[in-house]
Parts: sequence; structure tokens; C-alpha cells
Amino acid sequence: MKTLKLLAVALVIGWLSGCSSTGGKDGVSVEDRGTAAGAGSEGATSEGVSGYGDLSIEALNDPDSPLSQRVIYFAFDSSDIAEQDRALVAAHANFLAANPDVVVSLEGHTDERGAREYNIGLGDHRAQSVRRMLEVQGAAPAQISTVSYGEEKPAVEGHDESAWSMNRRVELVYVGY
Amino acid sequence: MKRVRSSLLILCLCLPGWVQAALTIEITQGVEGAVPIAVVPFGGSAGMPEDIAAIIAADLARSGRFEPLPERDLIGRPTDAGQVRFQDWRMLGSENLVIGNVETLGPDQYRIEFRLFDIFRGRQIAGYSLPASRDRLRYVAHKISDIIYEKLTGQPGAFATRIAYVISDTANGAKKYQLQLADSDGYNPRTLLTSEQPLMSPSWSPDGRRLAYVSFEKRRASIFVQDVVSGQRELLASFEGINGAPSWSPDGHSMALTLSRDGNPEIYSLNLSNKQLRRLTSGPAIDTEPVWSPDGRSIVFTSDRGGGPQLYRMSVQGGPAKRLTFEGSYNASADFAPDGKSLALVHGAGGNYRIAVLELDTGLLRLLSEGPLDESPSFAPNGSMIIFATESGRRGVLAAVSSDGRFRQRLSLSEGNVREPVWSPQE
Repeated sequence: MKTLKLLAVALVIGWLSGCSSTGGKDGVSVEDRGTAAGAGSEGATSEGVSGYGDLSIEALNDPDSPLSQRVIYFAFDSSDIAEQDRALVAAHANFLAANPDVVVSLEGHTDERGAREYNIGLGDHRAQSVRRMLEVQGAAPAQISTVSYGEEKPAVEGHDESAWSMNRRVELVYVGY
Repeated sequence: MKRVRSSLLILCLCLPGWVQAALTIEITQGVEGAVPIAVVPFGGSAGMPEDIAAIIAADLARSGRFEPLPERDLIGRPTDAGQVRFQDWRMLGSENLVIGNVETLGPDQYRIEFRLFDIFRGRQIAGYSLPASRDRLRYVAHKISDIIYEKLTGQPGAFATRIAYVISDTANGAKKYQLQLADSDGYNPRTLLTSEQPLMSPSWSPDGRRLAYVSFEKRRASIFVQDVVSGQRELLASFEGINGAPSWSPDGHSMALTLSRDGNPEIYSLNLSNKQLRRLTSGPAIDTEPVWSPDGRSIVFTSDRGGGPQLYRMSVQGGPAKRLTFEGSYNASADFAPDGKSLALVHGAGGNYRIAVLELDTGLLRLLSEGPLDESPSFAPNGSMIIFATESGRRGVLAAVSSDGRFRQRLSLSEGNVREPVWSPQE
């Protein structure tokens, strides 16, 4: 069954890649009739973004794909997604929209400064920011779960800005991939 | 005690032969004018498993209020009232004298008798006789320290209390988190829970018998309540999103906590008998870190509704909140003083995070620590000291400061990071 679904996904993606390679900036709506494997009667809706054409599952493991970048960084005490990271979030949104069976966990983190439970709240706000942007761009709510670790799981040990800036983050963890 | 150990072993999924390291206490800033006191080694203590007089002297020194004479300066070793020659002790400048005796009643059964004297007036202030089994010897010594402290300062002591805290370290590349409990002098550490995922936010029940805490053992946050004697625990909250910041009401019937199940971190009150949840805050801000006022009428919490994190106070029924902190860009993690008149908190300004006390009636903020990464303040149950987490030599250690800021000590482990100390209630 899984192979069939993957096949269906690959078919849809093949078509998507074709569309976006035309470089159209307008949103591209894709309807997957799901006849091949019943991948879902609702179908997938995706907004094409120029340059992020390859949305296959394999792209997750392709170091050249934007999907290989799965960490979004934040400013101190902020949960705003920086301008330069929006295209990255959009690429993940498109991927999720094109692959409705794929689920992602958004893990919110903070640096070590300040209060631990407040930082749990801040990590949650960061994860929710990413969730909103993913949903607006076509990912289904059921594909996304969030967890905040606050300052409990730093990516980098250290007590200076170089460590802190790497720790204020949301990690997109694709479950099962 | 045996029973405790075996039930704890069940919970420790970990490590055969794990040795529990004790917290070591080091006084980092003494107090001018600490009152000299002579604590004479107790009679009958040869061969005893614990040195009762040494435990008492260390307790009194740790309070910052007393300065026990070094043992070599003691001019005599009286063990009963008839042997005390006050004129000799007066020459030492010590105001008070503690003497005592240990009587062995049977295997591992003792009776400890002590007397406290006012040297200048030449009279006895207190004298008690207390039974103790072998495993209660340190506890009884701390109880004696409590009595001495109260007789001499007018305030209850907080020596016969405990501290819960979280340890994290890395063993063979794997993270390990432990929830531990130790006597307030760092002795008798016991592990309540070991996990490969973060543990945080321990909170004592008002009767000191249970701890609530947050565990990520299911790869998501859940709040558990654990009986510290039996080791049995109950899952209290495991909603979608945040399950955090548990705080017991003073009557023990309710728990305030933070949940994000409605999409945003909000404070709720949970009735512990019927499990009814009541939401107390709303709006898009982060609302968290609730603590109950000792009178049970209001809840102080952290919110960034004004831009950055600041402390607010609301009724336990929710409703409008009044902002309490205005100085500095960051004020969070409040703990009420036992008399309800002040709050300990984390105060951030200019990138420096320090422990401060806010006087609630005047709004005056007093800084008590140096920073730069201090957090998690917790009052001793008598209000005399505040314990908190800090960094030393790139490791997480605990520190305690007297609530007037004059006396400081550090509590550290030989390895690993220790943090989130919470002082138990008075037993």
C-alpha cells in the first residue's frame, strides 16, 4: 500500500515539477484524482514557487534541495519568521501539500537565557508561527504537530551569542523520514 | 527507608550501580556580624554513624546568621549542664552554647538530648530530648538546628527541609535527565526519576509529600504527580501542546498550570479531585509560570502581553490582571515569599539575568545575584534564603542567597549540570 501511495505521490510530483519548471509565479492548483492508489479524494493543492520544483520524497534527502534545510532561526524573544526564511517555509509547505500522507513535527526551541517555562511558551509561539505559514501555503492542519522544548534541548552547547543564535530555532522533523 | 529505596529502583530505568553524588555546599560570601556560637561535640557519640554536633554547627553556619567556633577553640567539652562553667565561655566571646548527649537505646535506636545556653545570662534557653532511629539521625540533628535557630532569631528554622532539583549530564554521548531530592544541606540525594528526555519544573505539594513535574518522556510534554515516598506517580495532564509550569494551590486542592491545547499558552486551574479545568487567561500572548499567593486568593504569572515578559497578578478566578513589574525588559519566574509580601524573580536587563526580590507594597526591586545566567528562584519555607540556578565554570550549579542579599553559598555536584531547585515546605 505504501509503495502504491508513493507511486501516486511521485506521479503528482512529476506533474508539479513540470508546472513549476515553467517558472510561473501564479499559484498552480493541482488536483489529484487519486485513481491510481486512492491517495485521497480531496487531492492536493499547492502554490507553485519558482525554483522549488522537485517535491518528491527523495528530495527530503537531497542535499541540494531546499527541503534539506529544516531549521528556521529566530531573533531573541521573537517568534517572527525572518524575511529570508519565508521561501524556505514555502518550500516545505509545497512539499507537504503535494504529499498529504507526510506529517511533520515542528519542534520549537529557545536559547538558555531567562525563565525555563517562559521559554517553553516562546518555543511554542515559534512553532505556531511556522505552523501558520505552512497552513496558509497549503499544508493541511492534520499534517502538522508541534512541541516546544524551550531551552531544554540546545543544538549547540555554549553561553554566548554564537551558540544562542543557533539554539533559537524551529526544527522541522519529518516523521518516518 | 529500605522501602523507599526499592520503590525508587523500579522507577530508575537506568544504570546498574549508579552512584548518587551529593551536592557540596561552599559558602561564597559570609556575613559580618554573624553571631558566634559554641557547639560542643555530643557525649556518647563515639562510634555513632553521624556526628550530631557537626551537623548542627554546619546548619547554623549555612544560615549566615551564626558563626560556630572552630572545634579547636572550644575550651571544654561539657556534656551536661553541671559541667558548664559560664565564666570560661564568656572569655571566648561566644554568646550561646550548645551541648548534648547521645544515648544508644538498642540496635540503631538512639535518644538525643541537647541544651542551649545563653552564656552571658548564664541560663538555659532550651533543652529537649528526641528519639531517633539510625536513618533519622541527620533529620533529628536538623530538627535540633531548627529549634536553636528559632529560639535565637525568633523565626522558624528551615534546616529539616529538602530540595528537589533537576540534573542533566551526558554519558556515552547520550543525554540523561534526573529528578532528584536531597536534604537542604545536600546530603541523602535520592533519584525520583531518570529519563533520556528533558525533565523540568518540579513543584512541591503543600504537604511536602508529592512533587509535580513536567516530563518529555513521551516525546511531548506531560505533567506527572509523584509521591516522593512510594515513588508512585499519576499522569495529570497530557494535552496537545504545552503541559507545563505546575503550581499547587496552598490548600492542595487545585493546581495551576500552562496548557496550549486551545492554540496558545494559557493558564488554567485544575481541580485535583474532580479534574475540572478552568481557563484563567486569554489572548495571543504567552501567559505562563503561575504561582499562588500564600493566602490562596491570587495568582502571579509571566506574560508578554506588554511586549516582553513581565509579571502580572490576577484573581484565582481569572479576569483582569495588574502588571507588577516595570523595571527592566525581562521579569519572569516568580516565587512568593512565605509571608506573601514579596516575590523572588528573574530580572533581565542589558543581557544580564539576575535574581531579584520585588516588594509588593512598595514596588521596590532589590537585586540579589550577579548573573549573568541566573534563573529559577525558590524561597526557603521560612523566607530566610532564596535558592536559584546559576552558572559556574561553564556548569550549572545552585546558589543560595539570604533574602537580604548579604550571605551567599554555592551548591554544586562533582559533575553534571544541576538546576531548577525548589525548596520543600516545612514538614
